[in-house]
Amino acid sequence: MKIGVLALQGDFAAHATALQQAAWGNAIPVEVVEVRRAAELSGLDGLVLPGGESTTLLNLMQDEPWFDRLQEFHGSGGAILGTCAGAILLSREVLNPEQPSLGLIDATIERNGFGRQVDSFETELAVDIPGGRMAAVFIRAPRFRRLSGKVEVLGSWQGEPVLVREGRVIACTFHPELTGDVRLHAFFLSVVQGTDRVSLKRAFDTRGAVASREERWR
Amino acid sequence: MNNENKGTLRLKTGLAEMLKGGVIMDVTNDDQARIAQDAGATAVMALERVPADIRKDGGVARMSDPDMIERIKKAVSIPVMAKCRIGHFAEAQVLEALGVDYIDESEVLTPADEAFHLDKFAFTVPVVCGCRDLGEALRRIGEGAAMIRTKGEAGTGNIVEAVRHMRTVMSGMRRLTQLGQEELMTEAKNLGAPIELVRMVAETGELPVPNFAAGGIATPADASLMMQLGAQAVFVGSGIFKSEDPQKRAHAIVRAVTHYKDPMVVLEVSRGLGTAMDGIETSSLLPEELMQTRGW
Repeated sequence: MKIGVLALQGDFAAHATALQQAAWGNAIPVEVVEVRRAAELSGLDGLVLPGGESTTLLNLMQDEPWFDRLQEFHGSGGAILGTCAGAILLSREVLNPEQPSLGLIDATIERNGFGRQVDSFETELAVDIPGGRMAAVFIRAPRFRRLSGKVEVLGSWQGEPVLVREGRVIACTFHPELTGDVRLHAFFLSVVQGTDRVSLKRAFDTRGAVASREERWR
Repeated sequence: MNNENKGTLRLKTGLAEMLKGGVIMDVTNDDQARIAQDAGATAVMALERVPADIRKDGGVARMSDPDMIERIKKAVSIPVMAKCRIGHFAEAQVLEALGVDYIDESEVLTPADEAFHLDKFAFTVPVVCGCRDLGEALRRIGEGAAMIRTKGEAGTGNIVEAVRHMRTVMSGMRRLTQLGQEELMTEAKNLGAPIELVRMVAETGELPVPNFAAGGIATPADASLMMQLGAQAVFVGSGIFKSEDPQKRAHAIVRAVTHYKDPMVVLEVSRGLGTAMDGIETSSLLPEELMQTRGW
């Protein structure tokens, strides 16, 4: 399986390392590649949108039809994991200030929702992925302000969602790539493979009575 | 458990991680800050005069006016950095109170202390420091710097010093990885660096914090050169707003950093930029005119 990390700007190297560690740890054969041109999306099974500056990423994405190519990638079954700036790009609506986004997660997200760097913090969260609790690093982090019913919450901090999923797209407002705990990357690889377990409730909520093949309870 | 920790080294280096593959631009007012953000800067450095003007004007260069930094903070959504004088911890305290996102303890300003740099662990806000070689980089990291940049020779538009400093740091690290355990203490003594950090570099072959380039970058090719030499991001000081077409040049340097391995892109963005900033031959500068020798 081939996983790309968007390498236009940000901590893409940390994600590549985490993906490789998760692959080795779970004996999943994975090739990890850096993606700097839209054409490099072809042939990928999954893509990571890293942390970084979302304004910079958007600026660099204007050089090629990145939005169209990413929508096509998603439409053809590609799985996507976005952290921090990546989560901003994935959301339907962005605040503070408003800016374009892919809309692959039906959510409203506010940039720099906690304030400036002096307000950045580390904590520990309960998360709904194998192994439970996880250290979380929030750096000038965004905050989800609205989620549609289609979006499943996989992790919360003080009652507000920080790790969410809609189908094959996962978004988190913290940085799992900076802690050395690669369980979220391993979980993402299982989503790419289609071997993750999704609750029946969610499968029914999102797709009605007939769950799609990859979302059926196994 | 809702324990939250702030100001940890992981949060400090973490913000530097987010700036990788990007360009941090010097700006002197809110208009320039907006131009920088619109061109794709990952952060701006707010200061009253760019290094080329500090060099020209002479006199004592100090921390910038807080109102001016405040206006820049309001104008952009990207991180805002500001400079304090080497060893001037009261200026650093003021910048932290003001809520800047990163402090640059910078040789571009007139040093306040000739013997001691900031105790950077004492701050919640992360601090970046310049270096000319591996020993200097590790001393600053030992004091708590969360990001290292080359000093280069600021305000000259001449890349030669930044190249020298980056090559010195990179080859110093490669050398350490070849040494035996018993050689490391002597090496730490020779470098004037903490042994724990020397051991870390010997093991990993890289600095324990992000390693950026600064001091003399004026063109897209300069930026690509520094990235290929091992920089993980670049600072551009006078190079943008002292050039003929700042907007276009800023946009071009951002692209050259992302696609630094692709000469076709660097070629494309290098076209039609107008004239670059005026350069200074560094060997023509008197020893007391050099900024890189400030700090130790």
